[in-house]
Amino acid sequence: MIRGSRNTTDSDVSGRSVFSLGCLSNAGSSTLRLLAIACLFLFFAAAPRYAAAADSLADTSATWPTWQQWKRVLSLQDYNTRVVLLGVSVLGAGAGLVGSFTLLRKRALMGDALSHASLPGIAMAFIIASALGRDGKSLGYLLTGATVSGLLGVAAILWIRNKTRLKEDAALGIVLSVFFGAGIALLGIVQQMQYSSAAGLESFIYGKTASMGSNDAKLIIVASAIAIVVCLGLFKELKILCFDEAFAGSRGFPIVWLDIVLMSMVVLITIVGLQAVGLILMIALMVIPAAAARFWTHELWRMSVYSVVIGTVGCVLGAVLSAVFPNLPSGAMIVLVCSFFFFLSMMFGTARGVVIRTYRRRRLNRRIARQHLLRAMYEHLEPNTIGAGVKSSRFESKAAVTVSELLPMRSWGWGRLLPTIRAAQEDELLRFTDDNVFFTRSGFVEAARLTRQHRLWEMYLIAYADVAPGLVDRGADDIEHVLGPEIVDQLEDLLEEQKMTVEIPESPHGIGVPESAGPQPGGSTS
Amino acid sequence: MIYAQIDLNWQQHDTWIVVIGILCAVSSALLGNFLVLRRMSMLGDAVTHAVLPGIAAAFLISHSRSSLPMFFGAVIVGVLTALFTEWIRRVGRVDEGASMGVVFTSLFALGLVMLVQASDHVDLDPDCVLYGAIESAAIDEVEIFGRVLPPAALILGVVTIVNALFVVLCFKELKISSFDPALATTMGFSARLMHYLLMVLVSITAVASFESVGSVLVVAMFVVPAAASYMLTDRLAWMIVLSVFIAAASAILGHGSAIVVPRWFGFESTTTASMMAVSAGGLFFLAALFGPKHGVLVKWVRRQFLSFRILCDDIVALLYRCEERETGSPSKAELADNLFASSWTLWAALATLRRRGEIAVDGAVSGAVDGAVDGAVSGDFHLTGRGRDRARQLVRSHRLWEQYLVVETSTETDRIHDKAERFEHFTDRPLRDRLDRVTDAPDTDPHGRPIPSEKS
Repeated sequence: MIRGSRNTTDSDVSGRSVFSLGCLSNAGSSTLRLLAIACLFLFFAAAPRYAAAADSLADTSATWPTWQQWKRVLSLQDYNTRVVLLGVSVLGAGAGLVGSFTLLRKRALMGDALSHASLPGIAMAFIIASALGRDGKSLGYLLTGATVSGLLGVAAILWIRNKTRLKEDAALGIVLSVFFGAGIALLGIVQQMQYSSAAGLESFIYGKTASMGSNDAKLIIVASAIAIVVCLGLFKELKILCFDEAFAGSRGFPIVWLDIVLMSMVVLITIVGLQAVGLILMIALMVIPAAAARFWTHELWRMSVYSVVIGTVGCVLGAVLSAVFPNLPSGAMIVLVCSFFFFLSMMFGTARGVVIRTYRRRRLNRRIARQHLLRAMYEHLEPNTIGAGVKSSRFESKAAVTVSELLPMRSWGWGRLLPTIRAAQEDELLRFTDDNVFFTRSGFVEAARLTRQHRLWEMYLIAYADVAPGLVDRGADDIEHVLGPEIVDQLEDLLEEQKMTVEIPESPHGIGVPESAGPQPGGSTS
Repeated sequence: MIYAQIDLNWQQHDTWIVVIGILCAVSSALLGNFLVLRRMSMLGDAVTHAVLPGIAAAFLISHSRSSLPMFFGAVIVGVLTALFTEWIRRVGRVDEGASMGVVFTSLFALGLVMLVQASDHVDLDPDCVLYGAIESAAIDEVEIFGRVLPPAALILGVVTIVNALFVVLCFKELKISSFDPALATTMGFSARLMHYLLMVLVSITAVASFESVGSVLVVAMFVVPAAASYMLTDRLAWMIVLSVFIAAASAILGHGSAIVVPRWFGFESTTTASMMAVSAGGLFFLAALFGPKHGVLVKWVRRQFLSFRILCDDIVALLYRCEERETGSPSKAELADNLFASSWTLWAALATLRRRGEIAVDGAVSGAVDGAVDGAVSGDFHLTGRGRDRARQLVRSHRLWEQYLVVETSTETDRIHDKAERFEHFTDRPLRDRLDRVTDAPDTDPHGRPIPSEKS
C-alpha cells in the first residue's frame, strides 16, 4: 500500500523529489522487518507508562496484543489501517518538509496559529452555505472557508510583523487568539440556526486520526504533493529567505511574495491535515520532526530530508502502535513517538546533540587546562634557566617544579591540577615523580610554543591596541588556545615591523627578567 | 437614538460576567506585558494546552473530580511546561517557539493517553475539564463574609491582587531582567529567578482563568492588550497601566457586543468570552493604526508629509537652478518629469508654495483661484524673494555636501550627487557653517558650479 503512495505522488513530482519519496517506497518491501523491530523497540519504551497507567486502575483489562494482532496490523490486512497509515505517513512527510522552513524562519508555531485561525472560516462557510440552502457540512465549503480564513490569518501575521514593531511571537499570539475567539463566537451563533444541525462542526477541527477516510487520504496526498513540489522548486529561494532575509531582498528576490508562498504551503498542509488528524497532531507534525532534524545536520537540504523521514516514520510507528493497542488514541501516540524521536535527536544528534556538544566542550576544556599547565611550568622554570643576555630558556630535563609551586599560579585546586598532570604524563609531555614535575623534550617544545603565542598576543595588544600591560594577560589567556599558525605568522610580521623580538618575546610582566628590571613586576597569572 | 434601540436587558448576572471578565483580563494582561517583551507571547496558549496530563494525573491519583487536586495538578504541569521549554531552549539550543511547540504538544498527547485510560471507568471529557464558560461561572454562588458572589470572581480577584502586587513590588527587577538579563545578574539579583517566578504566576493565572472562563479569553488576554499598549507607548510603566485599561475595556465591550451584535443578524446572544477576545483584537487593531508614535497610519501620514516637504524643496531648488542657468522657468509638465511627481501631488505642492509666497505665477493676479496654476502656460513659475532664500540655502547645502564628500571622504565625483540630494533636506544653518569651515569655504562645488553664499 505504501508503494501505492509512490505511484500516486511520483507522477506529479519532479525528479528532484524522488529521494524524499524514495524513503516512502523503500519502506514497502525490505523494511517491513525493520519496521517491526523498531515497533518492538518503541514498544518497550511505551510499555512502562502503559503498565503504570494500567496499575493505577485496579480493574483494568489491558491485554497484551497477540501475535495475530501484530501480524494483522503489520501486514496491512485491514482497509482502515492501510488508509490511516498511508494518510498519516504522507502528511508527516509534507508537514516535515514545510515545517523545516518555518522552523528556520522562527515561526515554528505558525501551524498552531493557523489551525486556530481557520475556525471562523469554517463557521462562516457553514453559515453562508446553510443560509443559501446548501449542505453546510460538505467538505468543499468547509475547506474553502478554512483556507480563506487561514490565508487571512497569514496576511494578518505578516502585516503585524512587517508594519508594526511587534515581533513574530506576538503576531502569532494575536492572530491565534482573536481569530479563534471570532470562530467560537460564530459557533455560538451556528448553534442557534434552525435549518441545519451543526452537530459535529467542532469535531471538524478536532478530527480523529483513527476515523480517517479514503477521501481524507487523497486530499492529504494531493496537498502534500503540491507542498513538496513547491518547496523543492523554490528550494534555493526559500533557503535564502530563511537564512538571510535582508540579503535575499538585496539580491532582488521578492521576499514578501516568497514569504506568502511559504505561508500558503503551511495553510494548505495545516488545513488538510487538521480535518483529518486534529489540531494537536497537526501542530506537532509541523514542529517536532523539523526541530529533531535540526540536531543532526547543519545543511538545509539534509535537514529537510531528515525531517521528512522522522515525520513519516513517527507517523507510521504511532499509527501502528495505536492500531495494535486498542485504547491508545492514534493522534496522541504519533505525537508521543515523534517527541520520543525528538529527545533521542536532542541527546544524540551528531551536529548539535547534547552529548556531542558536551563531549566537545569537555575535550576543549581538557586541552585548555593542559596548555595552562604547560605554560605555568614554563614560566615558573624560566627565571632559573635563562642566562644573562640569553633570550630564550634552554631545555633542562632535571629542572623540576613541585605541585605546591604550581598551585598558586592559577585558580586551580588539587582536584583539577593532578588529573591534568597525569593526562599530560600519559601523552609523554611531562614526567611526574613524587610531587616533582619535569618536562620531557616534546613537552618543553610545546610549552615554549604556547608561551610564545601568549606573549606574541600580549605584545600585539600592547603595540597595536594600546592596552595597558597590566590588562593584556587576561585577553591573551583566552585567545592563546585558538591561535592558528597563520595568525601566529601574521603576528610575527606585525611585531617585526615594530622591531619587537619574536624569539620567545619577553613577558611584559617581567617574568624571566631580574625583578628590578621588569617593566611590570608581578606574576603573569596572578 | 441608537441607545433607545439597544435593550441590553442588564441583570446582576451580567454584572458578574463583566466583573469576572475584567478580573481575568486584568490579571492576564498584567503578566502579558512581560511575556510580549520577552517574546514568549505563545506561552499562554502552550500552558492551556499542556496542563491536561496534570489534570489527568490528579484525577488518577485522587479518584475524584473535585477541583482542588486538579487545580494543583494543572498548575504544576503548567510550571513544568515553562521549565521544559526553557530547558530545551537552553540545552538543545532550539528556538523558543519550537521548544514550546515540542513541549506542549507532547504533554497534551500524554494527557490524552492518560485520560483515555481513565475514561474506561469514569466519564471524563477533556473538553468539559478544560474549558469552562464565563456564563456558567457567573451563576455559581458562594457566600463569603456575608456576601454572595461567584467563586470564580473570588479566585480571579485573589489572582489579580497577587499579580498586581508582583508587578508593583518587583517592577524594577522585572524591567531589568526583561530588557537586559546580563545587567540584572551584574546588579545582584537572579534574572532566572524572576523568569521562573513569572512562569509560576502565568501558570496559576492561566489555570485559574480557563477553569472558570475558558481558554480563549486567557490566551487572548496574555497577548493582545499588552501588544496594543506596546503600540501606544515606549515606557514600561505606562505600557502596563494602558494594558490594564485596554483589558478591562475589552471585557466590557466584549460582553456588550456578545449581546448586541448577533441581534443585528437576527440571532440570540453568543458566547461572551470569545467576544471579549474579539473586542481586544479590535482595540489592538485601532492601537496599531493610530498609536501616536508607532501607529501604522500615523507613520504613513508622517511619511507623506515628509515626502511632500521634500517635493516642495525640490521644486524651489529646481527653479533656482533654472534661474542660475538662465534657461527660463520650467512648465508644469517639465516639473513633473524632473521630479517624478504625480500631477495631483505636484499641484498640491505648487499651491502650497504659492500660498506661502515662495513662488509666484506670471500673469496671475495675487489671490487668483487655484485653478490658475493648472491653467498656467509654460515658463510661468518664478521664485519670489522668500522662495529664492529657501532655494539658495538648499542649493548651498547640496553643493557644500558634494564638496565635503569629495574633499573629506574622497568619494568619486559621480557618486556624490545622490547622497547630497538626500542630505540637503536635513541640513540647517549651523551644519552648513561647519561644512563651510571644514571644506575651507570653497567657491565652487566639485562639478565647478558656484556655491551660493548664505545671504544674497
